[in-house]
Amino acid sequence: MLVGQQQRLQDDIRALVERFGRKRSALIPVLQELQKTHTTVSDFAMQVVADELSIHPAEVYGVTSFYAFLRQESRGRFVFRLCGTISCELSGKSRVARQLENDLGIRFGETTADGRFGLEWASCLGMCDQGPALLVNDRVYTGVTPEQVHVIIDECKSTFGAHAREAVHS
Amino acid sequence: MTPVNSKKTPFTFESVEPESGLRAALGMSRADIIGEVSACNLRGRGGAGFPTGTKWNLAAAAKVKAGGTKYVVCNADEGEPGTFKDRVILSDHADMVFEGMTIGARAIGAAVGILYLRSEYVYLRPHLEQVLERRRANNLLGQDIGGLAGFSFDIHLHMGAGAYVCGEETALIESLEGHRGEPRNRPPFPVDTGFEGQPTVVNNVETFAWVVCVLSRGAHWFKSIGTAKSTGYKLFSVSGDCREPGVYEFPLGITVGEFLEKVGGQGAKAVQIGGASGHCVPASEFGRRIAFEDLSTGGSIIVLGPGRDMLAVARNFMEFFVEESCGQCTPCRVGNAKLLEGVEMLQRGECSMKYLQELLGLCETMQLASKCGLGQSSPNAFVSIVKHFKDEIMGRTLVH
Repeated sequence: MLVGQQQRLQDDIRALVERFGRKRSALIPVLQELQKTHTTVSDFAMQVVADELSIHPAEVYGVTSFYAFLRQESRGRFVFRLCGTISCELSGKSRVARQLENDLGIRFGETTADGRFGLEWASCLGMCDQGPALLVNDRVYTGVTPEQVHVIIDECKSTFGAHAREAVHS
Repeated sequence: MTPVNSKKTPFTFESVEPESGLRAALGMSRADIIGEVSACNLRGRGGAGFPTGTKWNLAAAAKVKAGGTKYVVCNADEGEPGTFKDRVILSDHADMVFEGMTIGARAIGAAVGILYLRSEYVYLRPHLEQVLERRRANNLLGQDIGGLAGFSFDIHLHMGAGAYVCGEETALIESLEGHRGEPRNRPPFPVDTGFEGQPTVVNNVETFAWVVCVLSRGAHWFKSIGTAKSTGYKLFSVSGDCREPGVYEFPLGITVGEFLEKVGGQGAKAVQIGGASGHCVPASEFGRRIAFEDLSTGGSIIVLGPGRDMLAVARNFMEFFVEESCGQCTPCRVGNAKLLEGVEMLQRGECSMKYLQELLGLCETMQLASKCGLGQSSPNAFVSIVKHFKDEIMGRTLVH
């Protein structure tokens, strides 16, 4: 990591700790906000967060690795999470899963080489009456069919430029 | 493609006058509020069914440790497969949930409320923040609420980070405190030693909304609905093989058969009641009642149609629990993995009856020895599917 990047990460973490408070209960909110702008919680970030909150880095690692929505490895700018739970299975998630793999060119648990897209399973998304359900970052798609998958991917691609600019300016 | 809130019956929440429950509560003593909530026999709507009045009474009696306050926590970590009624309540009746939390704060003497929202529902956050802001502006939160001198209470949101086990109240508190969501030993119970070591009431989203109805209409009204042991209405999240999936309000005590008629699920092979941690009920038992004394549920009803492969259903549930076990205690961490292996053996047609019996013995161990409700209930679906569909699952020759 370049020194400039490290400095920016440290500054971001300090600002977040100021915002949420220098206490243990601030840990998860800090990590969540950090991940929004940096897409991952890196080893270096965990060390800085630990220093700022005066806890052991292993504690930060323990928390980061425990929760499904926190991650150390980048899943890209757009994280696709397909609901794998029973109701979505009954409404045909397997074919949507296959088509996601085909259209993104990656398997579940992987990220595209350009760092734009990641694909994961999600436990129940709470859209059981209108499955199959797909979460793309914060946005929920319901009743997804295999032929709609590429439309959703194209939507992301067309907003990618805007997202990238947002990230730079924030 | 865009999510909708499909309400399939009228909700009582729609007909109760806004803030009428809080208004009534502000004119009552703390003991009387708790008395009313106890008298109506309201039991927790998240699934465990603990009597709400008893919980509040214990928290009201508990002493605050130096320099702190009591807490009212709303459990919006709705993660049980097949459940989505809390999402609909939070979208359409958020005021009522916050009103119920405020009543709870008045009853137990809490100054701080926290709504723990699962990260999958993060898109609801702006709406909820807006509702909170409006309540502050209308003196329904903040200092001297509703003109009652000295009653101060505010609510903030706390996002979950993706862990089913955090629906368990002590795991939820661990998560609020910035730790891994690993359930605590009990006792001490949260009503005594909860968030930051202070007395804490944790209730489900729907429970808080019903409290408002009870205070508004009286305990006798609520008690007149349902059965003696399961009073009141309940919201149900219905999914799977039926014509009209969505959220329904029915009195507790309804039979599975009646239920299926209402949702267009006639001819079902089985119904999974209570989500992945619940029981699989075969057609021969559709006369059973959905109530705390018979088939208890947090509201998840998954209809399984005639052609469904019960082993595929069992496999989906076991994959879920292997993923979501927090790993802290051995019966749950290892047990769920062994059950999933067992289901896979059954699918390949390689499981002897002797080994199946051993797995059922393991289920018993998990139910008895797991630390929290997750491991205690995760074998339920496996056990009920093995019990009721043995002819379908043994001696398979087809590879699935």
